[in-house]
Amino acid sequence: MERVRIRPIRGWAGLGLSELWRFHELVYFLIWRDVRVRYKQTLLGAAWAILQPFLTMVIFSIFFGELAGMSSDGFPYPIFSYVGLLPWGFFESGVTKAAGSLVAGRHLITKVYFPRLAIPLASVASGLVDFGLAFVVLIGMMAYYRVAPSPALWGLPLFLLLALSTALGVSLWLSALNVSYRDIGYLLPFLLRAWFFLTPVTYAANLVPEAYRSLYALNPMTGVVEGMRWAMLGDRPFPSELILPSVAVAAVLLVSGLIYFRTTERTFADVV
Amino acid sequence: MTPAIRVTDLGKRYRLGQLRGAQRTLRDRLALTGRIPRSQDGWIWALRHVNFDLEPGTVLGVIGRNGAGKSTLLKILCRVTEPTEGQAEIAGRVGSLLEVGTGFHPELSGRENIYLNGAILGMRRREIESRFDEIVDFAEVEEFLETPVKHYSSGMYLRLAFAVAAHLDPEILLVDEVLAVGDVEFQRKCLGKMGDVAQAGRTVLFVSHNMSAILRLTNQAIVMDRGSISFQGPTARAVDTYLATGGGQAGERDWQGDPRAEAAAPFRPLRLRVLNSAGRLSESLPSIDPITVEFEYQLAADIPGLRVGLYLATAQGEPLFASFDLDEARRFEQMPVRRAGRYRSRCHIPANWLNEGGYLVGVNASAFRIRSYFSDEHALRFSVDGTGAPGSQWPERRAGPFRPRLDWEILAEADSGHADVR
Repeated sequence: MERVRIRPIRGWAGLGLSELWRFHELVYFLIWRDVRVRYKQTLLGAAWAILQPFLTMVIFSIFFGELAGMSSDGFPYPIFSYVGLLPWGFFESGVTKAAGSLVAGRHLITKVYFPRLAIPLASVASGLVDFGLAFVVLIGMMAYYRVAPSPALWGLPLFLLLALSTALGVSLWLSALNVSYRDIGYLLPFLLRAWFFLTPVTYAANLVPEAYRSLYALNPMTGVVEGMRWAMLGDRPFPSELILPSVAVAAVLLVSGLIYFRTTERTFADVV
Repeated sequence: MTPAIRVTDLGKRYRLGQLRGAQRTLRDRLALTGRIPRSQDGWIWALRHVNFDLEPGTVLGVIGRNGAGKSTLLKILCRVTEPTEGQAEIAGRVGSLLEVGTGFHPELSGRENIYLNGAILGMRRREIESRFDEIVDFAEVEEFLETPVKHYSSGMYLRLAFAVAAHLDPEILLVDEVLAVGDVEFQRKCLGKMGDVAQAGRTVLFVSHNMSAILRLTNQAIVMDRGSISFQGPTARAVDTYLATGGGQAGERDWQGDPRAEAAAPFRPLRLRVLNSAGRLSESLPSIDPITVEFEYQLAADIPGLRVGLYLATAQGEPLFASFDLDEARRFEQMPVRRAGRYRSRCHIPANWLNEGGYLVGVNASAFRIRSYFSDEHALRFSVDGTGAPGSQWPERRAGPFRPRLDWEILAEADSGHADVR
């Protein structure tokens, strides 16, 4: 029989990852709920997961590709921007949903015990399903434009993992802050818009002057997008000068996010 | 025998603002930096110096007025919130019915919600699968398993929610006032299920305002008052103690120095009185005269949508009715905002209404679906004296809380020796 001792925790309580593992089925169920519910009572249903990035890509191709004539590393602009839009869309919708997830789940937090990490984690992870659907379109587009997959395709899951870590790190910070400070809800759209322009989705990373490139690489989404392009589109050198700093920053975001989340977690039920 | 629950010097402190649910924004926080934000008077102990041991298989009733710390105690025991001091040791899995239907999603079907809710309450997938049929059976929702629960009637919704929680099969079950809702048949079923749980040697903590349910279901009880245990022992004595003291002063009640009254700002309850037909304070009132209940309060600011109301319950805590001063739609339209100031809301209970016996008056001040400012369900008690009431020529006790004077007619058939009596 399990014995639990409940008492005030002073100082650092650990990351609680084994407790999270004990509740891994709950995480699956929460992801499953998010996926089931997302497109309920919509006419087009899951088609939205494809239409959203696809239509955005069409707009970008018209304005940035055709009218502005942006460079796209020698690839058709639609493919070039779509490969960037996939991880960006995953990041953006994951962070948006996760940032409000604890507040939206307040009825759970104030009534039932389980590791609170499960809530933002499930919000971020459920975006993987949309990513997968939108990815199918990419395969179609590559066939249409006759772009052969790069031999570096094996790197794709790694960069997806990097995107997941970044989104989770940011989400842990924002969701925990949002419990006390609802300012996050107002801040988030601006934050994401600025972040979008700091990420090479619509343009190629070499547009950024050489001198600022190392600073630019501190944005972990830069590493994700450039890494995805490296993994998906034809031969080109591995952009390690962009990717290594991104990985480091993503790791810092994730670990610091976990620590902040765990230290504030114990007051969620009282404050939310 | 190791106790199922051992609570040692447990305490929980809240910031007053937290209790009120006020939201902090970054600006407030920045404005506070450099000052001392945590002055002692901004805190309130919701629970302090609480100690008890429970043997496995005990069914413990927890009674006390609103804000006495009952729910805080349960929340700590099911690990929703952390204590500020002391500790609790728990042997076994804890299941809670703090609010049934937690985590139900309206768009998902009954079947899907059983799995989701089960997982949230801590069941493994295999456990849910093995009990699935039992749950559906108990909830009586077979035909609607594939229907989204947003189309369920409230009764069906509640049955399903309770069924999932009740089949969690925990060693320790925490129950908070679930029985206040649902029809009588369903309540009986829930009580039966709780009885089964206790029979199986499980430990149950049952919080309720309903004294007859407490008396029926528990043999041990604790009475909580202002965050600590004021009595612990056999249920019958606990209920007596509670009704005699905690259940409100007789005749008049004020909330001087009560932290709950402070937390209700800008609403401030002042006093509650029961008046006889001559307008005098009284704690024993004749059944044959009208009774006036007067609630005096002060508003520090204008409050939109405020309604002030009364609850009347029997001495055992069984609700009789609730009534609000703006129940008349016309009046509600006339008073969309109640201006700052001092008020008295008076409710007139007609003559020849209540049976002899003890009654509890509760008060509530709220803006519907916006905020509940203040609520004290057992604020005051008074007794009704049956002298001269209809039928008092027979010295017998009439059952039920009402003793109305009703119109009767006796219609005599032609061959009887009487004329009609009207």
